[in-house]
Amino acid sequence: MNLSTLLFTLAILCCFSFLIGKRRALTIAGGKRCNLHSLPGYYGYYASLWCAVPALIILALWTGFESSIITTLVTRDLPTELQNLPSDRLNLVINDIQNLVSGNIVSGEIDPTMRAAADHYQNLKQVSQAALTVLVLTLAILSALLAYRRIHKAQRARNGVERAIMFFLISCSSVAVFTTIGIVLSVLFEAIRFFQAVPISDFLFGLKWSPQMAIREDQVGSSGAFGAIPLFAGTLLISFIAMLVAAPTGLMAAIYLSEYASKKVRSITKPLLEILAGIPTVVYGFFAALVVAPFIRDSGGLIGLDVSSESALAAGLVMGVMIIPFVSSLSDDAINAVPQAMRDGSYGLGATHSETICQVIIPAALPGIVGGLLLAVSRAIGETMIVVMAAGLSANLTANPLQAVTTVTVQMVTLLVGDQEFDSPKTLAAFALGLMLFVTTLALNMVALHVVRKYREQYE
Amino acid sequence: MQPNTQTVSSVTPLMVCTDIEPIAAHDNRKTVGEISVDNPRMSCRNVNVFYGEKQAINRVNLDIGRHEVIAMIGPSGCGKSTFLRCLNRMNDTIDSCRVTGEILLDNQNIYDKTLDVVPLRAQVGMVFQKPNPFPKSIYENVAYGPRIHGLSSSKSDLDIIVESSLHRAGLWNEVKDRLDQPGTGLSGGQQQRLCIARTIAVSPEVILMDEPCSALDPIATAKIEELIDELREEYTIAIVTHSMQQAARISQRTAYFHLGDLIEVGETNQIFTNPQHKLTEDYITGRFG
Repeated sequence: MNLSTLLFTLAILCCFSFLIGKRRALTIAGGKRCNLHSLPGYYGYYASLWCAVPALIILALWTGFESSIITTLVTRDLPTELQNLPSDRLNLVINDIQNLVSGNIVSGEIDPTMRAAADHYQNLKQVSQAALTVLVLTLAILSALLAYRRIHKAQRARNGVERAIMFFLISCSSVAVFTTIGIVLSVLFEAIRFFQAVPISDFLFGLKWSPQMAIREDQVGSSGAFGAIPLFAGTLLISFIAMLVAAPTGLMAAIYLSEYASKKVRSITKPLLEILAGIPTVVYGFFAALVVAPFIRDSGGLIGLDVSSESALAAGLVMGVMIIPFVSSLSDDAINAVPQAMRDGSYGLGATHSETICQVIIPAALPGIVGGLLLAVSRAIGETMIVVMAAGLSANLTANPLQAVTTVTVQMVTLLVGDQEFDSPKTLAAFALGLMLFVTTLALNMVALHVVRKYREQYE
Repeated sequence: MQPNTQTVSSVTPLMVCTDIEPIAAHDNRKTVGEISVDNPRMSCRNVNVFYGEKQAINRVNLDIGRHEVIAMIGPSGCGKSTFLRCLNRMNDTIDSCRVTGEILLDNQNIYDKTLDVVPLRAQVGMVFQKPNPFPKSIYENVAYGPRIHGLSSSKSDLDIIVESSLHRAGLWNEVKDRLDQPGTGLSGGQQQRLCIARTIAVSPEVILMDEPCSALDPIATAKIEELIDELREEYTIAIVTHSMQQAARISQRTAYFHLGDLIEVGETNQIFTNPQHKLTEDYITGRFG
């Protein structure tokens, strides 16, 4: 039986055990629901859970370990000269055997040993499939029977089912947590490999970024430099310009929308503003590269400034426009969360609209606004597409927004695009940069969350 | 004004409280009692308030005398808070709200088109149901009003205003050592007195209080009531309250509202001992409300 048939059979068994579980509960109760601890349906669910869960666990474990166990068995029976091959060559051989089994193209000539090994593999796989089918179905039926036998009047089936639901929900939420942990660990291990090749102090404090490794000893320009400072400086410069655009514009827009705009204007303007957040960043990117950057270069030329065609200013301006909706929508929420009583109190003392906003509402909403701004900053730092297109690739350590700079994310993209060798520090540098970026944005997010939480306590 | 409102019962009444007797049972809804006083501080004539199409206040006439506490009582939704908010145009902040008629403050119509609402609200201050100190320090809370109205020329001036306002609100001794701490850290009763101090600081003539004790415990309530009695010497106070005992304790005159109508107004003693109108009597004796 293949996997899908097996699952289908299991599902049918579950439905069946639901029905018999429910029926048994009703029979025991003599048809009267009030004699039972839980509703009859819960006894059905109880039985079908017992039918499904142990079987599914065995199924998952078996499927997880099946291929590696079979591979070990096949390898053990291979001729000794093949077994003594170095591990990467051995992997190739095993790969070929697996390809033979599944009918794919193999790398070399098919010799009789390979054919024999493939047959062996095939046999083992069939045995394993059969064993799995028998095991899973027997287990399902047995445990369902056991549950069925255990059903009695006072049994707390409802509590059992509730607990099962809780464990299911816990496992769903832990998917996200474990994914995060997995990503962090994988980035961390690759970054550690990078730091074995390049000292961590060179990476953190180096002022020169030139990620290349010599293939030959005598190669020209063979010495690579992995100083991350220019990249972080570029990132900070562009984020700073972006925030210079987004923070005032977004905040003012939020104030207008929440305090001045009539309901009708608000209902039109707010969605329009949020459309900005829906534009794909790649569209912003070519807008920055093809419209804004040439415009800045030309207008800089008019007043005698030397502006490079890819400038931090262009990328920063467009990125600022991109994060306006973040700032405005989070600030809008913060301003709306200020109780009406604050406004009434201020108006009741004879304050005007703008006095109330400046002196009561903004100070009261400030923590929320700051939280929003920090989230926007971490968004700006992590933004990639716009800077790839508009900010350039040269790692200049400069504070001049008219020059081309590069950012952490841009360098990660360029390091990982194309064919890569994953044992070279050049490639591994991307992981180190990613780790740094992750730590930075994580810290910012934590600060932002802390500020926002503190703010919530103030009124509730 | 609508010309045909002589037969008041023909105007569809606001059926806000459906659990009380239909209005038709009490056909006479003309205000009972003496609405006018000599030399009034505020004087309301033919005041109607509409929320959109709904009429919340129906042709109310009422004078508010100098140095008196006038209590407004009535069942929930009867329009007493709405009426109170008309007196310093706080209803302006509600878009759908429309006020007709005339409300005079010292013989000046506050709904006059040329009148500026900023000095009006300084003259007619307001204390709200829930204490609403700003999330600022105690000092800044009280200094807020004088600052926006430019009442002080120097820091020491402002210090004096803040101190005397807190004194008059009976809060000075409790907070004098922690003026720089947030006003939101005070207890509920202290917060409400802080709000009263904040209102006094702009030296109003009239103070409107919208159920100022409904969120407070009995001890804090007693303090506020004591304070209201003292404030009467300098200010005119209009207070909305749900507690008839409170109205009886602190006010000189009482006005009873019912579904947007001012049913009866008179000396507090007389209202509570010898109400003239059936509705007032029903409410006071606890038959509804």
